[in-house]
Order: sequence, then C-alpha cells, then structure tokens
Amino acid sequence: MLEIIDLHAGIADREILKGISLTVRAGEVHAIMGPNGSGKSTLAQVLAGHPAYEVTGGSATYDGEDLLALPPEERAQKGIFLAFQYPVEIPGVTNAYFLRAAYNEIRKSKGLDEIDPMDFADLVEERLRLVDMDREMLQRAVNAGFSGGEKKRNEILQMAVLGPRLAILDETDSGLDIDALRVVAHGVNSLRRPDNATIVVTHYQRLLNYIVPDRVHVLAGGRIVKSGGKDLALELEARGYDWLVEAAPAGVAGAAV
Amino acid sequence: MSTAIETLVNRDYQYGFVTDVEADTLPRGLNEETVRAISAKKREPAFLLEWRLKAYRRWLTMKEPHWSNVTYPPIDYQSISYYSAPKSTKPLGSLDDVDPELLRTYEKLGISLTEQKRISGVAVDAIFDSVSVGTTMKAELGELGIIFCSFGEAVQEHPELVRKYLGSVVPYSDNFFAALNAAVFSDGSFCYIPKGVKCPMELSTYFRINSADTGQFERTLIIADEGASVSYLEGCTAPRRDTNQLHAAVVELVALDHASIKYSTVQNWYAGDANGKGGIYNFVTKRGKAAGVRSKISWTQVETGSAITWKYPSVILQGDYSTGEFYSVAVVNNHQQADTGTKMIHIGRDTKSTIISKGISAGHGNNSYRGQVKVLRKAEGARNYTQCDSMLIGNQCGAHTFPYIEVDNNSSVVEHEASTSKIGEDQIFYCKQRGLSAEHAISLIVSGFCKEVFQNLPMEFALEAQQLLGITLEGSVG
Repeated sequence: MLEIIDLHAGIADREILKGISLTVRAGEVHAIMGPNGSGKSTLAQVLAGHPAYEVTGGSATYDGEDLLALPPEERAQKGIFLAFQYPVEIPGVTNAYFLRAAYNEIRKSKGLDEIDPMDFADLVEERLRLVDMDREMLQRAVNAGFSGGEKKRNEILQMAVLGPRLAILDETDSGLDIDALRVVAHGVNSLRRPDNATIVVTHYQRLLNYIVPDRVHVLAGGRIVKSGGKDLALELEARGYDWLVEAAPAGVAGAAV
Repeated sequence: MSTAIETLVNRDYQYGFVTDVEADTLPRGLNEETVRAISAKKREPAFLLEWRLKAYRRWLTMKEPHWSNVTYPPIDYQSISYYSAPKSTKPLGSLDDVDPELLRTYEKLGISLTEQKRISGVAVDAIFDSVSVGTTMKAELGELGIIFCSFGEAVQEHPELVRKYLGSVVPYSDNFFAALNAAVFSDGSFCYIPKGVKCPMELSTYFRINSADTGQFERTLIIADEGASVSYLEGCTAPRRDTNQLHAAVVELVALDHASIKYSTVQNWYAGDANGKGGIYNFVTKRGKAAGVRSKISWTQVETGSAITWKYPSVILQGDYSTGEFYSVAVVNNHQQADTGTKMIHIGRDTKSTIISKGISAGHGNNSYRGQVKVLRKAEGARNYTQCDSMLIGNQCGAHTFPYIEVDNNSSVVEHEASTSKIGEDQIFYCKQRGLSAEHAISLIVSGFCKEVFQNLPMEFALEAQQLLGITLEGSVG
C-alpha cells in the first residue's frame, strides 16, 4: 500500500528525515517510535503533505502512485488520514458541518453524489458510539474550547466517519489519561480491516498495549535505526532509547526495514 | 508545492460594467450655484434649498477629517460633478416609464424591477447615480399606509415628514462629509412606517454609481412610528474605473416608542484593482435615533467593496429601555482600507447595546475597528457588550482596534472583548488533510469567523454575503 524509499525531507534548509525506507501493506499496523526530535512527526506531516516541509530526496508510493506529487487534499481524498498531534481549532464551524463537508469532498472525488443529510446523521450517530462521544459535541465548533482529550477523540471520530485506507496517528496518546487512551484505542481497533493500514506514531509503549502493532520501527536522528515485532516496543519500554541511538552508526542511510 | 499565504490575485469584479445612457450631468465644480441648480432640478420647496445652502456655507468652514487610519491623496472637490441623472428618467414616473436600458442594468446586477421577476417579499428602490429610477411594490405597501419612495418624491408628496425629520439625527453640521451631503444630496430612499404597522416585506434600496467623475451623495431617511417595525436592506455596486470616485451618503433612522428598525447593508462598491488603482471612497455617515421608550435600532453590515471605507453606523439610545445593535463584517483585500465601527450613545435609563465586529484583512489590506461607547450620567443601568475580532490572512495586511469607552454612571456595565487571529497554514492544512480545497477551507474558516454577524442578516442576504466574502478573498491564499 505504502512504500517509502530513502526519503529525505526537512524544513527551511534543515534536514530532518535523512533517508527513511518503510513498507506498509494492507491490513498491517506499524508503530513508529523514537525519542523527541527524531523526526517521527515530520514523517507523519510529510506523508500528509504539510507545505512547511520540503522533500529533498527519495520517494513515497501509495497504491502505486507517486504520493509526493499529490496535493494534500488529494491525498486525503485517496484515503490518507492524519490524526493530528495538535488538532486545529476552527471557531464558528460546527463539527457536524465540518464532518459532512469532508465526507462529501471525498465522495465527490470518487464521482459520487453528496450523501443524504439524514443518512449522514445515522452514520455519524453510529460512529459517535465508537469513540464514546456525546451527540452535543457535533454542534460545537471544531475543536474550539475542547480539552486535549476531547480533541484527540474528535480526531478519531473524524477518522471513523471518513473511513481512511491509511491512517497515520501522530502522538494521539500524548496528553490522554488511561480511560481516554482505551477509548481511542478501541476506536482504532474497531476500524481495523484487512484492506486498510495504520501507522501509529508514539513516544511511549503504553498505547501499544491497546493497539497491537505488526511492526515496530525506531526512529533516531532522522533514520530508522531498528525494526522488529511488537516485542521491540516492550524492550524499548524497559531499556529506553539510548542504547539504540548510541549504537546507530553515523552516516548509515536508510536502515533496514 | 508551495502554499505560502502571499500570492494575491485580484478576482474579476463582476459588477464593473458601464451602462451607456445619455445623462443630464452638471458640470464639475461646487459653489452656491451648484447647490441651487440641484435644488431647482428637483423642484424643491424653499425650506430645503435654505437648508442646503446653510449646509454648504457650513461645509466651507470645515476641514476634511483625517483622524481615521486611512491614507489617500487629497480630494479635489472642484473636479467632481455633483449631479448626474439618466436623461430618460422622468421624475415621479412609474416603473413602466423606465428606460429599458436601466432595467437591463439592474437585471444584470441581479435586481429585477419588472413585475414578473421580482423577488417575492422584497420591495426595491433602485437608485442610479443621482436619482431613483423606480420603486417596486409601492401599491401593496400603500395599502398599509407605508410610504416607500425616492427621497425626491417624498420631498414633493410628504414635505411635512421630510421637514420634521431631515437632519434630526445627522444635522448638516455633523461632520465634513455629512455637510457636503446635505448641500448636494440628490436622491435616496425615504421610508415611513405608520403607527402600529409591522412592514410585511423587506424594503431595499439598490445603489448604482454609473457615470464617471460623479460623486454619489444619497440620503436615506427611515422613520418607524410608535409600535412600527421594518427591516431594510441596502446593496451597492459601481463600474470598474481607474479613478477614485467619492460616495458620501447619509442615512438617518428614527424609531419612536416601541418601534424597531433593522438596517442591513451589503456594500460591494468597486474596490480598485490589485495594485490599488481606482475604487470608491465610501465616506458615509449612518446614525439611528432610538428616540422612543423600548425602541430598537439594529445595524448589520457586510463591507467587502470600496477602496476606502469610513463608516460608523451609530445609535443614539435616547428612549428608556431602548436597544442598539451593531453587527459588522469588514473585509479588506489587495490595497483596500477600512476604518469602520460604531458609536453607542446611552442617554436613557436601562438602555442596552451590543457590538459585534469582525474584521478580516488579506493582501495589503488595512482594517481598523473604531468604536465609541458613551454612557451619560442619567443612563442608569445601561449595558454594553462589545466583541471585536480580527482575522489576518497573510502577513502583509493590518488589523487595528480603537475602542473609546466613556462611562459617567456608576450603575452601568460595559464589557469589551477583543481577539486577533491569523488564518494560518496550519488551519488550511488541517482542512485540506480532510479533503477540502484551499478555497473551500478559507470560505469555511471565514464564514465560521463571521457566523454571529451572518445570523443577523435576512436569509437571502446572508447567502449573498457569504458568497461575496468568498469572492473577495478568492486568491488571497496562493
């Protein structure tokens, strides 16, 4: 589904990603872990097409298509969803309106008609339960005045409604208490299907107790320094990141997946 | 893929065409003879000519105000023509007599004056340059005793009302532009709602500047008698021209006991090109007097056009328990400048005012909110709530807030809230990441920002305003 080869990217002349290679297949959950500043969020943003980041080398192919050539809205319409680490507030625009606008844009890109508002209401109603959110949240402005936990939950609600093929969760666990974490994980797990994939970006192993990954990659200094199965996350929990960061030989480009 | 919020593209102004009609135009220049000539053309009674002359003489002693936060080259008042009327328009003519060319012009602007195609529930007075070309629905309104006609017609047919209320809210000596208007005003709308009548339809005036080198100086007077209510709409457009044109209008509203007037404006004068060349100077004095007990005056404005806007629709809260409201969206793009806001003068007891101002700046635009809340000594229990929000799009525009608050009364409560936000790449990227285009994202973010104001517009107008906003800001994000 997603194939990243030797990806280099940065911001304002500073290279952050220094050769990332990663393959994600349909049905898989990948965890990207690593210390602060290792480039995890940058990777998520670059995949989603944030204009502040410049890709300076390498490639990313999504369903056989050059992902990096697509504007962000087309990536979204083709099923890439980024759950933001810091969801953005849009005052005055209700959640309900925003969700429907996004849902319809994606339908339009597929040549489908806009959804009937009543049908959409039913769909949202059902998805609300998945993330244990109250219906009145729909009438509030997008993320405006939401608590940190509410914002994260709202991201998962959007994900549940839009039904992406490839979901990228950027530090969705940060700032969540254990109950909220469970709710979010439950939402993500319920949405897992053989034809979609998830990339979970996280600093802590904690979330991976609930969302069990197929592969775990450790990012340090803009490179993947180690990849492994779900046990790698537990090992990181016990030993921290230092042993990997120190062991990584400088100048290695594109560590093995 | 660079989405830097810098690139500015001037979107075509779709109302920029010129209508080719033969016009009766006064030569450029202003002196006492000009004032007399205008008055004579309109066959005005002596009291009005006297009033105009007093205004003119007063104007000669006044200086153009420059306290506002806008800049423009000096205006040569002698290079302007102060009267221009399509020759074919007969005064007091019925709509059947209107030049088809003019009807077509209004059709093109989306305003139908002919019987069949009228927007139901809206009566329109169409003002073309210096004169009214026609008023619709007059008969229907007449049955209720509502007078809705051009100012010129009111002077002929209801001189007693004109005499009683003209200048009672905005005296000719009020300010430089109001004095100029009083001296040379040509036409405008007049509206009187009799006691106890709730006007069953929206009344509206559509202002069109057509001829070059002409100033438009219209004057609108609306009176809601005891217990009456009316909702009034105003729209404006002008052709695209390289030179700046002056528009100095005066609007006076009077609400007597228990009466209410809601006045909505969608202002879309030509704003000049992307480099700031041309465009209308919109220097307007609008004021309402909530004269009666429990009377109410509400201004809603959406200001998207004009090269420069200088405008402060205000309310004098004279009657006890009276209410004043001001809801405003002002948008500047390219090189537009706006200095706009309101004044709420609390005189009566338990008077209440609300100010919601939304300023949006894009391109090199400069947007200032200027507002005064004044509570006089006898205004026991007066309340004001002001909310003043600015939004910046890009990093070469400006937003400024100048609130003046003066309270001479211990039992009053005045609240002021202000915020400034920036449509950032992050907000747009967030929307894009959900599949929305940049244009869709901006219109969504901006309409969310303006929601509280749009809610106060009559429905057809709210849609128009929202679209207009989209057009004005189109291309402001590259």
